[in-house]
Amino acid sequence: MAMGFPILSVITFLPLVGVAFILAQRGDEATVARVSRWAALWTSLATFALSLLVWINFDPTSAKFQFVEKHAWIQGFDINYFMGVDGISVFFVLLSTLLTPLCILASWEAVEKRVREYMVAFLALETLMIGTFCALDLVLFYVFFECVLIPMFLIIGVWGGPRRVYSAFKFFLYTLLGSVLMLLAILVVYREVGNADIPAAMAHVFPKTLQTWLWLAFFASFAVKVPMWPVHTWLPDAHVEAPTAGSVILAGVLLKMGGYGFLRFSLPMFPDATVYFTPLVYTLSIVAIIYTSLVALAQEDMKKLIAYSSVAHMGFVTLGTFTLTVQGVQGAIFQMLSHGVVSAALFLVVGVVYDRLHTREIARYGGVVERMPKYALVFMIFMLASVGLPGTSGFVGEFLVLLGAFQANTWVCFLAATGVVLGAAYMLVLYRRVIFGKLEKPDLKALLDMNLREIVVFAPLVLLVFWMGVYPATFLKPTEPAVVELIRKFNVQRSASLEAPAQAAEVRQ
Amino acid sequence: MIPMLPKATLALPEIILAVTAMALMMVGAFRKQDATRTCLWLGILGLVAAAWALVVVTGPRAVTFHGQFVSDYFSLFMKLLVLLGSALTLVMSQDYLEREKMARFEYPVLVVFATLGMLMMVSANDLIALYIGIELQSLSLYVVAAFKRDEVRSTEAGLKYFVLGALSSGMLLYGCSLIYGFTGTTNFDLLAKTFAGQGAAQPSIGMVVGIVFLLAGLAFKVSAVPFHMWTPDVYEGAPTPVTAFFAVAPKIAAIALFTRAMTGPFGPLLAQWQQIVVFVSLASMILGALAAISQTNIKRLMAYSSIGHVGYALVGLAAGTPSGVRGVMIYMATYLFMNVGAFACILAMKRDGKMVEDIQDLAGLARSQPKIAYALAIFLFSMVGLPPLAGFFGKLFVFLAAIEAGLYFLSIVGMLASVIGAFYYIRIIKVMFMDEPARPFDLPSAPVSAVMGLSAVVTLFFFAACWPIFAAAQAAAKALQIG
Repeated sequence: MAMGFPILSVITFLPLVGVAFILAQRGDEATVARVSRWAALWTSLATFALSLLVWINFDPTSAKFQFVEKHAWIQGFDINYFMGVDGISVFFVLLSTLLTPLCILASWEAVEKRVREYMVAFLALETLMIGTFCALDLVLFYVFFECVLIPMFLIIGVWGGPRRVYSAFKFFLYTLLGSVLMLLAILVVYREVGNADIPAAMAHVFPKTLQTWLWLAFFASFAVKVPMWPVHTWLPDAHVEAPTAGSVILAGVLLKMGGYGFLRFSLPMFPDATVYFTPLVYTLSIVAIIYTSLVALAQEDMKKLIAYSSVAHMGFVTLGTFTLTVQGVQGAIFQMLSHGVVSAALFLVVGVVYDRLHTREIARYGGVVERMPKYALVFMIFMLASVGLPGTSGFVGEFLVLLGAFQANTWVCFLAATGVVLGAAYMLVLYRRVIFGKLEKPDLKALLDMNLREIVVFAPLVLLVFWMGVYPATFLKPTEPAVVELIRKFNVQRSASLEAPAQAAEVRQ
Repeated sequence: MIPMLPKATLALPEIILAVTAMALMMVGAFRKQDATRTCLWLGILGLVAAAWALVVVTGPRAVTFHGQFVSDYFSLFMKLLVLLGSALTLVMSQDYLEREKMARFEYPVLVVFATLGMLMMVSANDLIALYIGIELQSLSLYVVAAFKRDEVRSTEAGLKYFVLGALSSGMLLYGCSLIYGFTGTTNFDLLAKTFAGQGAAQPSIGMVVGIVFLLAGLAFKVSAVPFHMWTPDVYEGAPTPVTAFFAVAPKIAAIALFTRAMTGPFGPLLAQWQQIVVFVSLASMILGALAAISQTNIKRLMAYSSIGHVGYALVGLAAGTPSGVRGVMIYMATYLFMNVGAFACILAMKRDGKMVEDIQDLAGLARSQPKIAYALAIFLFSMVGLPPLAGFFGKLFVFLAAIEAGLYFLSIVGMLASVIGAFYYIRIIKVMFMDEPARPFDLPSAPVSAVMGLSAVVTLFFFAACWPIFAAAQAAAKALQIG
């Protein structure tokens, strides 16, 4: 590919072209709805195809930022339009572009009212998600990161379930509360570094006490986003009320923004504070893994159960990230990708039966396998991937995280491993209660198996789950140099500040 | 010997406005048939001409009229905002005036006079000039607040505004007299020199009392807590176009005056007034956020919202640095478009020819009138401070200044208040997007739609072309001498 081609900008803003096209449509509601659906689908597919180019042209041996674009944005303030991806972010871009068309397909029939606005919201969301992962400027990152609230708030609030308003408000206010503190931290970083470049900030050595405060401010935002216990309570509400596709994007991509934030900001910029707060993160992660797994066991609502399982799985991510080992961090990234695919798929799985029976209560189901064998198979694959069965994507991530944790602290590793057992417990219970048992309820007897559209939605996800499980190297190799570099720099900065705190103060001036 | 006449060209915009206002009075008085519409558009023309003159005559800092009047890039920036605010609200008024049977030509005349007073305020370089500017503006505003003279609410608003305004003017004047008594001058430049000459020495207690009174008077004019009590009643009672006018142009002028007075002559006394501004700012942000939650009338809600916004603008002033002034300017620029736009939407809230003001009347607007709903959503999200909308950049720059000045407590509490404030903004969005539709509104008039559309476009795409505004604010803040 030619060097000058702004591929990242193109994939970031291509969905907005689709938005403009959809907004330009005139005519009666049914026509507009149909055109909007197709336009959204084709736009997101084109975006996905282009994002594959990023993957193909990505140099997996380099730890540097690639496809870098830098243009002056707010002149005179050193705030730039600065885009680029490295091994840590490249797959999140792909995850976003992959899930968006699937979401649009999944909402094909489920969303009937205000289709145009719905599709616009999803395409805008895609732009913002890709932008968040590509932005290499603090202010630009914040713009993308924070703006996500607007479409997501509307998606939950307008197309959600009965308690959608409450959930949308909770989601909005929780996330806003975290991120305004991050904005202040960004301003402090900007002032300390002198410009808003993320790479420059990563190379900067911040004084120790300041690191503590900045770390906490960023943590406030990312911990809510991930979400970590005890600020996770917005997630089950948001998931239960959001439409299927909203849950998919929420679990698949938005949660990863928090994990990505830790890797991009907290670790490289504030190494001393990271070490200082590691016990805190371990504790919260362990609580998340064990406690929310137990909570998941007690759920009667399928979506709520999967939402709690998300919190538990994201606990592995934060745990892996803060082991500060190459394996742990790689495991965290892989776990995020795997969770992005698996939890997204599980929400889609719930969506399939929800579309048919309009209930998510586990007790309302049972014996579905007799009417929907294909469905049962797909459900089983993702259920096992979520549990972490070897051969599926879930295993690799959890294994690497536990490996990293073992090096850091054996007790933490032990407690986290109990989470794997609990995970198996609630997922298997869910599967047994929904799929097996006697087919007694009359409305279940009339169920139809998955149609072609639904199979098309699930096929790529099934493929990915096995690909990631059987040959994870495809995804681990490109991330490796960036992660190794991250850990190396972390240790260098760490020892520098340990040896000569005075030197750090000098650098600051 | 013929006395030397002061150089008048610097005040050309003010002269144009004064002549326009007086000419409009003549037109109104001598024209046989109803002259409201003519006067209105002529008034807008006058404002545009003044803006043009402003751009032509303003250069680097220069004083005239024996040091009473100053013209610099700061005044250019703020006056342009004021003129734009006045012109846009006049454009929006026409339809309302005719419909509500208050089409009298005095309306545009008074608005132009008030705008003239505002320009004088922005350019004031002397305590006397400051007072005269404020009074010219306030007297005109008292009258327009009560312009719907047959309605109790409107006259009440006018009277309330007048009584409390007179009180605050008295305090302001008392503060000025104390300051004059202790320094022997009313001129800003001489004041600055005096204070700078004192060095680190503590000013006398009488001087501090004088500054406190001056601050109290100014805080009243910008409706900052604890001098905000008049705002909700006046906003609710005044006719809607008047409320729109109140919310924008006088606020910008008063903030400009506040900024110039504090950072100019009293700049060396930063240590004396900083804590007061920090308190006023904090109190405004918190009260604005909390009190708005329980409001059901949208005009009243906007009153509390504007109190909150003044709090945010004052965060920049509290920093007392050039970057703080820059923040204030950028904040007011974004404030102008968000508020004009929001009021255009409120003006569009009419059903069967009657204005409705309840938030519940907006129910389901996204389906019945999507254009208004989306425009209002843009303004409200912008007021929350969500990127990439204009309001985000205002907040970004005031808080950047506060961080640079080390005002961490103020920044953190301000940010938390903005989250509380977000609640009542998104509540309106919830009503519009998530509730069942009520009966649709009448179609908005063309001028109102145009103002709404323009403001929405500016608010939405501010991020794309904002750097010239930032650069202008930067230059203007530098031009304003500090300390």
